[in-house]
Amino acid sequence: MNDDAMNEIVQEFLVETNENLDQLDQDLVALESDPTSSDLLGSVFRTIHTVKGTTGFLGFGLLEGLSHAAENLLSDLRDGRLGLTKERTDVLLEVVDAIRALLSAIEATGAEDDRDLSGLIARINVLQQDPEPVVAEAAHPEPVVAEAAHPEPVVAETAHPEPVVAETAHPEPHRSAGERSVRVDVELLDSMMSQVGELVLARNQVSAHVEMIDNQALHQTVQRLSMIVSELQEGVMKTRMQPVEQLWSKLPRVIRDLAAQFDKMVSLEMEGGETELDRSLLEAVKDPLTHLVRNAIDHAIEQPDARIAAGKPATGTLALRASHEGGQVVLEVADDGAGIDPAKIAAKALERGLVSKGELDSMSEREVVDLIFRAGFSTAQSVTNVSGRGVGMDVVRTNVERIGGTVDLSSAPGTGTTFRIKIPLTLAIIPALLVGCRGQRYAIPQANLLEMVQLRGDGAGSDIERIGGALVYRLRGKLLPLVRLDETLGFAPLAADEQPEAVSIVVLQADGLLLGVAVDEVFGTEEIVVKPLGRHVKQVPLFAGATILGDGDVALILDVIGLAAAARVEEVTAGLALSSDLADDEDRPLERSTFVLLRVGRDRRVAVPLKAVARLEEAPSSSVEQAGSGRVLQYRGDLLRLVALSEILDAACEDAPVGADGGPANIPVVVYSDGERHLGLVASEILDIVEGVFEVRPVGAGPGILGSTVVHGHVTDVLDVDAAFALAGKEPERVA
Amino acid sequence: MSPEQNHAAGGDATAQYCTFKVDHLLIGIEVWRVQEVIRHQPMTHVPLAPKEVRGLINLRGQIVTAIDVRQWLRLPERSDGGTSSMNVVLRLDDEAISLLVDEAGEVVEPAADTHEGVPSTASEQIRTMFSGTFKLDGALLLVLDTESVTRISGENVAGAPHSATRRAS
Repeated sequence: MNDDAMNEIVQEFLVETNENLDQLDQDLVALESDPTSSDLLGSVFRTIHTVKGTTGFLGFGLLEGLSHAAENLLSDLRDGRLGLTKERTDVLLEVVDAIRALLSAIEATGAEDDRDLSGLIARINVLQQDPEPVVAEAAHPEPVVAEAAHPEPVVAETAHPEPVVAETAHPEPHRSAGERSVRVDVELLDSMMSQVGELVLARNQVSAHVEMIDNQALHQTVQRLSMIVSELQEGVMKTRMQPVEQLWSKLPRVIRDLAAQFDKMVSLEMEGGETELDRSLLEAVKDPLTHLVRNAIDHAIEQPDARIAAGKPATGTLALRASHEGGQVVLEVADDGAGIDPAKIAAKALERGLVSKGELDSMSEREVVDLIFRAGFSTAQSVTNVSGRGVGMDVVRTNVERIGGTVDLSSAPGTGTTFRIKIPLTLAIIPALLVGCRGQRYAIPQANLLEMVQLRGDGAGSDIERIGGALVYRLRGKLLPLVRLDETLGFAPLAADEQPEAVSIVVLQADGLLLGVAVDEVFGTEEIVVKPLGRHVKQVPLFAGATILGDGDVALILDVIGLAAAARVEEVTAGLALSSDLADDEDRPLERSTFVLLRVGRDRRVAVPLKAVARLEEAPSSSVEQAGSGRVLQYRGDLLRLVALSEILDAACEDAPVGADGGPANIPVVVYSDGERHLGLVASEILDIVEGVFEVRPVGAGPGILGSTVVHGHVTDVLDVDAAFALAGKEPERVA
Repeated sequence: MSPEQNHAAGGDATAQYCTFKVDHLLIGIEVWRVQEVIRHQPMTHVPLAPKEVRGLINLRGQIVTAIDVRQWLRLPERSDGGTSSMNVVLRLDDEAISLLVDEAGEVVEPAADTHEGVPSTASEQIRTMFSGTFKLDGALLLVLDTESVTRISGENVAGAPHSATRRAS
């Protein structure tokens, strides 16, 4: 056999075995909770058996010896001669790690390295002759008795004495679907994706040109072409989609190891693993996700005794959830741990000098909790080898935002924390805004874009002011940190008579910061294919890539995070806090704000300003009780006065009255708080939290309603919280 | 076998070189390194990039960085602003890079015994860019060390006597 053919076999072996090892990790961890599953044991045995066979053939002696020892142990486990103990699982996981290390050595050098595995192999052999059960077994030839606690699998195995034969005939029955699939090099897929991207752009150009030609047949052909291209694009995009499961598959092992390291008990729940995502995005969220999981186990989930003391089960739960939500994929990491204590966060942020006392006082609880995403913030009391490696939550946020996603979190002290990562389905083609600066066009990913403002004529410069060295713009009375794109890109300032007569400000959001960018021109949006930059240009942090525009020109894609960093927006923002009295606070209704979106009754939508909301809760209906004239909820050892929004709004309400029999088992409650007073607003459903500039129009204004606005295309009433309380005749009560 | 391995193995005793003129210099690049030579292309300027980076060109849908060899040699710009320069597209570790030169010449196959190192009297800049010379009839061929392309950073090599001529943007 010549070298090339051999290399190919080795390559194939490496790919396949690496995949199998991931499966092994999962199977072994799963086995711990179900130690007698003959399916799982059979699968683990087969995998190791295959490794042994192939490595023997390829002449990898170390691997062969190791897998042989492991196979022997597994064979005893599978046949029920031995039981699966924690020590045996540990050593088998160690085998998986050792095989993995050997594989990467083979991948790098083509040969095994000279590690010493005799210790590990000896330990496997010892565990195979575990003194207690095995000595007993050796003395009595009825091992079945020793395993009598689990009689079924043993009986099943002995009833069919040749399971191995049956299985080796079809070594991987669970992979029979594999016959219908082909292994494709990822690079090929990437290049196909980029070619299809070009094709889509060319199609768009052709369609535009054809508009001007009067030829029916040509129009029809182009239409058909257009359809085929769209289908092709969809098809190629699908080939790059991988289930989120792929990403999660390594986590059970990580969690098991971490939990053991911290003496914590953690059970993992996974939901929606079949949700698919472009592979490049999957790769990009891998680290942030792993970091969140590590954090949850290190910081959030308490030690078993602390959990019991807090009235929670000793085993903590970590839930990974994935789902589609309006063209985006949402990945959640939720724990039922200690939650994030805003007071602790505030103290830490103050200690680290991230915020001033004055700033803290003006921050909502949510904003305080959000401080964990600031650079330089790490809540680890002591540096552990898990979370304290200088990788903070700010890196998680930055990594997710780089791919056009967002991270946010909700946390309730004592009950847990949920992180939500929202990312686009695919990265290859993104909508972008084209702007002009000194005669050249640049692309800004639309995901970062909030709004645009145009300043014309003499007034163009007058709303732009300088504070120290930094530029700010008064946007509806608020000061917006501003950078001039030309200055940031290193162009010399223009002479007074060369100033463009109009300046456009593009308002961008990245890294939790708002940033205005002054550009010469705005051209509109275009779908662009992101292409990587060469080594010489990659060094410039302001550019995220480049693209080829419809007319064939190359345009650079601005990296908004890099732009903000280059302009040192944080410093500007800090400067703003000191000089905030400069901003005349006109209370226009066009401010950027965040609302909790609720459904009340059958189809009425209500937005409640998030500022007023302390918590969102689901309360069991059974805990609602009558007290005096109103209804109350037992809430954290206190009584919370409840007000049904449907009654205030007089919404056509099919929902049964709060607390009545036959009503829903759980009721969503928005806990309103102004610091000392609390009140629960009962809705039919909590739909979403939305952020943006919402123009509240007086349409529909009435008692308890400020007016209406449009959210997600639906007319939505904006609740006047105070008026609503007054209307209900119940001032927010003091809860002692 | 890739050309790279081929040439690493075979040595370049009788190598062929594509030749190019930049100002008064005759520059040679091993033939197998050169992907193609094309005429001047419209270019997108890259602010803040190393000053040798003249811009980005669209090469049949691929984005290629164009290096201005005059700027790299710290030579003054041509009077036409470089619009008549040629693109010599090289392949360097999976990346295509274009070198902007004044003129493309023919392919030569110099005799191995005419090879010599770069004179130690040459400027530091030249000595980092070229790996050797061939004494051709009536001209000296400077052999470009293509690896040095990857080291372009906009910084002057220490001791380089030429001052950078900043391009007007």
